[in-house]
Amino acid sequence: MPDWNDWLMQPGLTHFLIVSGILFSLGVFAIITRRNAVMVLMGIELILNAANINFVAFSRFTTGAFDGQVIAVFVIILAAAEAAIALAIVLNIYQMFNTVNVDEINLLRD
Amino acid sequence: MELTTIVFYLFAAITLIAGAIVVFSRSVVYSAFALLFTFFGVAGLYVLLMADFLAVTQLMIYVGAILVLLIFGVMLTTRVIDVQMRTGTIQVLPALLIVAALAGVLVHIFVSTDWNVLPEAFAPEQTAPQIGTALLTTYVLPFEVASVILLVALIGAAMIARRERKA
Repeated sequence: MPDWNDWLMQPGLTHFLIVSGILFSLGVFAIITRRNAVMVLMGIELILNAANINFVAFSRFTTGAFDGQVIAVFVIILAAAEAAIALAIVLNIYQMFNTVNVDEINLLRD
Repeated sequence: MELTTIVFYLFAAITLIAGAIVVFSRSVVYSAFALLFTFFGVAGLYVLLMADFLAVTQLMIYVGAILVLLIFGVMLTTRVIDVQMRTGTIQVLPALLIVAALAGVLVHIFVSTDWNVLPEAFAPEQTAPQIGTALLTTYVLPFEVASVILLVALIGAAMIARRERKA
């Protein structure tokens, strides 16, 4: 980095990638530490958003084509489908176990 | 300082601070509402990346559908009167170390790589027509598969959620 101040003043590809990298790490942290299954889902949504920022940023700065944006649309579609299915499963688990803490659902363990 | 720079840092700060609240807040409801601001900040970043159609899609689908679903999930699976609303966390310290290392490695890679950035500015007048054309020409097979997946997800979610409890 030749000129740190100049680099900070010009948001480019790297800035967006750093934001998405930190967002991805936050999502991983939520998945690792939370016991509530709905919170784990929120972590997954954070990760998907981080991946989408990457797609759109690369499409804007390196290819100049719309492929990245189209892939991001597909990611959003799959995120919607995933959220619906996962919430249905979580509701079912809540009916069966009366809890949604992922570490207490250990029916298959013994 | 240019206006774009200020707006970028504003939206980046909204995204990351709300994301941190999502992850570190003790209450699930606070997390769900902070997620709203994360999605909003990401939509702002899309606008800065010349993806206006995607920004509107993000707001409509994530905020309008996925977040509402998640809040339904929170409300239906936590006993509101109980203290159950505060959910526990496990293995925080090792997770913090691993995730900090992960973020450090990622940021280091992003900064040190010499990306092949376009010299000229990418400034399309509108993005919705191009995305629509791409969806129906190059990406027509994934587009059709996505429609089938949405139908399958719809039927599957209804089947799973409506199953009656066995007596």
